[in-house]
Amino acid sequence: MKRHLISAADLSRGDALLILDTAEELASLADRPIKKLPTLRGRTVVNLFFEDSTRTRISFEAAAKRLSADVINFSAKGSSVAKGESLKDTALTLEAMGADAVVIRHSASGAAHRLAGWVRGSVVNAGDGTHEHPTQALLDAFTIRRRLKGTSTRGSGLDDLRVTIVGDVLHSRVARSNVLLLSTLGAEVTLAAPPTLLPFAVNTWPCAVSYDLDNELPKSDVVMMLRVQQERMTAAYFPSVREYSRRYGLDAARMARLPEHAIVMHPGPMNRGVEIAADVADSPRSTIVEQVANGVTTRMAVLYLLLGGTEFPAVAQ
Amino acid sequence: MSASGSPVAGRDGLAVLDAEEIRRALTRIAHEILERTHGGDEVILLGIPTRGVPLARRMAARIGEFEGLEVPCGSLDVTMHRDDLRLRPARALGRTDLPVGGVDGQTVVLVDDVLYSGRTVRAALDALTDLGRPRAVQLAVLVDRGHRELPIRADYVGKNLPTSQREVVHVLLAEVDGVDAVVIGEGRPS
Repeated sequence: MKRHLISAADLSRGDALLILDTAEELASLADRPIKKLPTLRGRTVVNLFFEDSTRTRISFEAAAKRLSADVINFSAKGSSVAKGESLKDTALTLEAMGADAVVIRHSASGAAHRLAGWVRGSVVNAGDGTHEHPTQALLDAFTIRRRLKGTSTRGSGLDDLRVTIVGDVLHSRVARSNVLLLSTLGAEVTLAAPPTLLPFAVNTWPCAVSYDLDNELPKSDVVMMLRVQQERMTAAYFPSVREYSRRYGLDAARMARLPEHAIVMHPGPMNRGVEIAADVADSPRSTIVEQVANGVTTRMAVLYLLLGGTEFPAVAQ
Repeated sequence: MSASGSPVAGRDGLAVLDAEEIRRALTRIAHEILERTHGGDEVILLGIPTRGVPLARRMAARIGEFEGLEVPCGSLDVTMHRDDLRLRPARALGRTDLPVGGVDGQTVVLVDDVLYSGRTVRAALDALTDLGRPRAVQLAVLVDRGHRELPIRADYVGKNLPTSQREVVHVLLAEVDGVDAVVIGEGRPS
């Protein structure tokens, strides 16, 4: 494992499996009377959130607390950032307060990478712009493995599984991280999206591309719906929400075209009625609530593996 | 606390127990557990990964043969409770599997291969506290090699093996290593 978790591309197959296997062992903690381990006592984790987020921040907070780390939450609203402080100055302030790990979410792609050059602790990317969100990809991989390969899967990857990622790939950091991680783990990934919502140079990604969702559904083991990120859309990417929903939204009729064992995923928050119909989101094939629970477990595994051992020798990057 | 790497037997490896002797030691410990717990009622065997787990299973099987009694058997990973976590890179976790019904009110016998500093057992006691409240906790080990660093002792010992701290004791078990033996070797000078 590297010292930071910035991109899913930093993870080798061995690293990724170590995280998933660790998460598998930590999952049993949720059924115990005392849901806490003493492992990170005395370590400080700072949640540095420059963008709104509920589930990711709470998930990281719960993960750190279950490992007995101290958690400091920092959100840009109502902080010195609102007064114009730069990322670097904020980072140096946190550094002076002795953060062992910084979990950062930022609207600028590359923010986590920059931060990693300024602080001594480990940096965990919790979403940077439209770039990456590696812990989301890890929890998705964990959810897929548990659902489709069972719980005694130590050391096994996602080989021979077909995953179709649908929708707004252009603005999605979840999609990029998932393509990288799932292909590292051996899955065959296909992106299904309108041409306007696919990023430039998508042909260099380790995945296939299709414009026709209905064609991909019958051969998919996993369908991952992405949120249409209207807040990031600065141009007209499709004629109308209604038309998008008709061609790329997952409704009950489309779900019926999936193989029987296939699962439906969504990283949240959902736009019900746009990319996913309400009855699909609430169906037993949907793993959306499971993904949230698995998020805490997976993030515990990441924090444990980054902070649980010897301190990494302080080297300037 | 044996090193996990498989040693090259025969180089400086000296076999102190062979398969037969290990079998006899486990049989004796199984009898002792039955005797000390008055028939083995409400007893749970919890092995500490890696090699404590197959040892616990073998003892449970022995007890089953002698008394026709099915003793619940599980594993208890202590990694997250160790006091030396920060001395080495983060390590992979072992499996914790509790028998159905949990540990509350039971007599828990912890099973490990080698008892050395006692730190693993301390971690196990802490891990156990988070899982419930056993009526009593006992300790069974295949080899006690001395050099305790904590006030901990075993209730059942397969073999007391006086060693120097420079030596390394390896317990090899068929389930993990393909062969049953206890081997003693020169450690790397530290």
